Amino acid sequence: MADKEDVSRQFLEAFEFRGIKRRDFLKFCGATAALLGLSELHIPQIAAAIEKASGRQPVVWLNFASDSGCTESLIKATYPNAAEIVLDVLSVDYNETIMAAAGKQTEEIREKSRKAGGYILIVEGGLPTKKGHGMIAGKEMIDVLKEMSGPAVAVIAVGSCATFGGVPSAKPNPSQIVGVTEALKRSGVNKPVINLDLCPVNVEYLVAVVVNYLMLGKLPDLDSFGRPLMFYGQTIHENCERRAHFDAGRFVEKFGSNEEALGYCLYKMGCKGPMTYSACPKVMYNDRISWCVKAGGPCIGCAEQGWPDKFAGFNDRLPDVKMAGMQATADKIGAVAAAATAVGIAAHAIGSAASGRTKEEKEGGKK
Amino acid sequence: MARITIDPFTRIEGHLRIEVEVEGGKVKDAWTSGTLFRGFEIILKGRDPRDAWQLTQRICGVCPTSHAHTSSISLDDAFKVKPPDNGRILRNIIEGCQFVHSHILWFYHLAALDYVDVVSALKAQPKEASLKQVQAKLKAFVESGQLGPFANAYWGHPAYKLPPDINLLAVAHYLEALDMQAKASHLSALFGGRMPMTMTSPPGGTTHVPSVDDMANYLFRLKELQNWIDNVYIPDVLAVAPFYLDYAGIGKGPSNFLSWGVFEDASFDPKKRLLPSGVIFAKDFPKLHDAKAEDVTEHTTRGWYKNAKPLNPSVGVTDPEYTGYDTNKKYTWAKAPRYNDKPMETGALARMLVAYLSGQPTAKKLIDNTLAAIGHAGKPQVLFGVVGRIAARALECKMVADNMYKWGLDVIENIKKGKADVFTPYEIPDKAKGAGLWEAPRGALAHWVDIDGKKIKNYQVITPTAWNVGPRDDNGVRGPIEEALIGTPVANPDKPLEILRVAHSFDPCLACTVHVIHPESNRIMEFKVS
Repeated sequence: MADKEDVSRQFLEAFEFRGIKRRDFLKFCGATAALLGLSELHIPQIAAAIEKASGRQPVVWLNFASDSGCTESLIKATYPNAAEIVLDVLSVDYNETIMAAAGKQTEEIREKSRKAGGYILIVEGGLPTKKGHGMIAGKEMIDVLKEMSGPAVAVIAVGSCATFGGVPSAKPNPSQIVGVTEALKRSGVNKPVINLDLCPVNVEYLVAVVVNYLMLGKLPDLDSFGRPLMFYGQTIHENCERRAHFDAGRFVEKFGSNEEALGYCLYKMGCKGPMTYSACPKVMYNDRISWCVKAGGPCIGCAEQGWPDKFAGFNDRLPDVKMAGMQATADKIGAVAAAATAVGIAAHAIGSAASGRTKEEKEGGKK
Repeated sequence: MARITIDPFTRIEGHLRIEVEVEGGKVKDAWTSGTLFRGFEIILKGRDPRDAWQLTQRICGVCPTSHAHTSSISLDDAFKVKPPDNGRILRNIIEGCQFVHSHILWFYHLAALDYVDVVSALKAQPKEASLKQVQAKLKAFVESGQLGPFANAYWGHPAYKLPPDINLLAVAHYLEALDMQAKASHLSALFGGRMPMTMTSPPGGTTHVPSVDDMANYLFRLKELQNWIDNVYIPDVLAVAPFYLDYAGIGKGPSNFLSWGVFEDASFDPKKRLLPSGVIFAKDFPKLHDAKAEDVTEHTTRGWYKNAKPLNPSVGVTDPEYTGYDTNKKYTWAKAPRYNDKPMETGALARMLVAYLSGQPTAKKLIDNTLAAIGHAGKPQVLFGVVGRIAARALECKMVADNMYKWGLDVIENIKKGKADVFTPYEIPDKAKGAGLWEAPRGALAHWVDIDGKKIKNYQVITPTAWNVGPRDDNGVRGPIEEALIGTPVANPDKPLEILRVAHSFDPCLACTVHVIHPESNRIMEFKVS
């Protein structure tokens, strides 16, 4: 512990986090280490890596076919908070929602960044592939992405629109929107993309990936969908705070009921937690105040490729068939637990047949 | 005559292009263009109506809560249910968090840099230790040569009027406000699960039964925000305003105002909402008219859609069709909504004026005091324009935050009385129609749903920024922002700071704006206001 304290002090002095209390700072260090899957023993290495870094890491944040919810997420960050991210940790050189420059001067900044290279490219929003459906400064959005992705040291797609198209790409996908990986493929750019799926992105995931890169000089290990395993390695169901009630067969049958207040399981309300890989129950949202399921809102599956269409009918109970299908595509890390879950779900579905709601569930299952 | 194009138009939500023609140092003509099309209404067709409140939140990541509520209100109407009292109040609370968050964010992070010269703050001579610290930090930041989001802006422009000390104070508060807007969002997460994208406001009410612990947590967190609004936000507006009073007459626009009303009353009467529904026309100000959904039409000839006649859209098919940017023909993905054929301004100024003319006591007091303070007692029309929009947002932020405290106590009172219910169950009808008329922080928001075979047959949305940023209509009448820009002085066409001020004063949200109205859009006429 003494080492950790000592290094943390240097870390603190080196960076002069604005007005941040020591207690808060340690909380941040601990949280970061935990998110990165590192033991506390790594903290000295982390600090050493940071001390060597000169200047702040440039970031270019491009916003395409999105609703800016991920930019909103970014500025809800707490440790570090938005001011620290913008002023102390990174150099956010381009983000149309917050930058002071406008029009021509904005374009000059983008051009300067492109020539200098070396930036982390963060992309929010999907790419319309229908002509004229998404333009910035008279250019097609997909061309702006192509231009800017080449000189980037890393490309991070944040939120479900940037990863796989998200809600605007739902059927019939009126603007033929694709995610960043697909757009780069079509543009002939060969660049790995880190996908931080969720609608909106959880800013703690983003901060951890960036910090991971700054401190260790490498990108995290990814699953088959390009998502960091440290966040997408387990299902929501596996870590859910309401899980014990699922196991005990205690379910919420009506929103806002006494059972909800008691923390019973939301599976029967349509919760997609058993099929959704994300660390939501651990990381939560908004300074870890709450998250969907804690607030009685069933998971809608927004961390998964194919969302929302794959989960349309957010209130429909997951049928066990889908659970079986999931095992085929799930990554190994969660497969064992997922198999156990599938058995559990099936058993519960049988159990609920007696409750008189079976017909409705079957209808839901046809989707 | 010079043409100035601002694209991308920054410090707003979404993708906006503004083009103006300047003659003799003033804007002579203007065009606003939405440059992204996503087509939510097409996507919603055929889906489970219960998914609509979740999907439509993704229209806007800045005001998702307003879309969730507007959608759920339209579904409440279609399903013929009303939330129980605590469900109603909790929706108001969750919405209130978003208003507070949005107004703080707008003033400090989207608009302030049009008035605050960050570089000038280096010349300040602060006495207070905390300000000295901020200045030292700013100095180190500037000297690092990595200016991040503050690079290449219009610092030193002659239209920046604040003395260095006030610039420094504003920079310090810019940073503090980053924390405050986040805290307002954290507060919505307490009941909404997360923000953005609230998870707990389905049709019928809310999903979450708050514990007394939640309520105490809420009240203490809210108190911090209230104090900050009273002691920092409002004083900052008062400190900055005297230097920019020349902007009082600038950016007026058509001066017709629309509010659907927001923050539900126990009576569910839109005219009794905390901020009531109503319509104001420049021609007969200060007369207040009822706001009626059937008086709304949308014009499409200047947007990238196959033309449909505005007053009778049933005869045409409204399909997206990109034909290139041409200010003489079609130049935007936005449509031009009109109320009784008039362009309408929506937003905090519209709401506060409607509340004022309705005699809403808090709004009346806040506005009367403001008018007296600036030497225009009894003349609310001096608020038409840029300065009025800034003031209205600040006053509304305070009014909403103060009421949120009362609502918190109301929830507790209901729990005490054993009226803790938050949700009313419903059956999805085979066929039904519903209208949700509500307000987002940026202005009047309406969703209309038509259900057939328990599925969405048609879904329509008219957003605040569609009203404000829409193009010319079929009669060639400019949209409100276009009109507001006329006459704006431009000192340096290479650095059109003044244009930013006028357009930012409307708090445009472009993701909200662009959507498709289906050929059946004349159905608007058939809906009744709930």
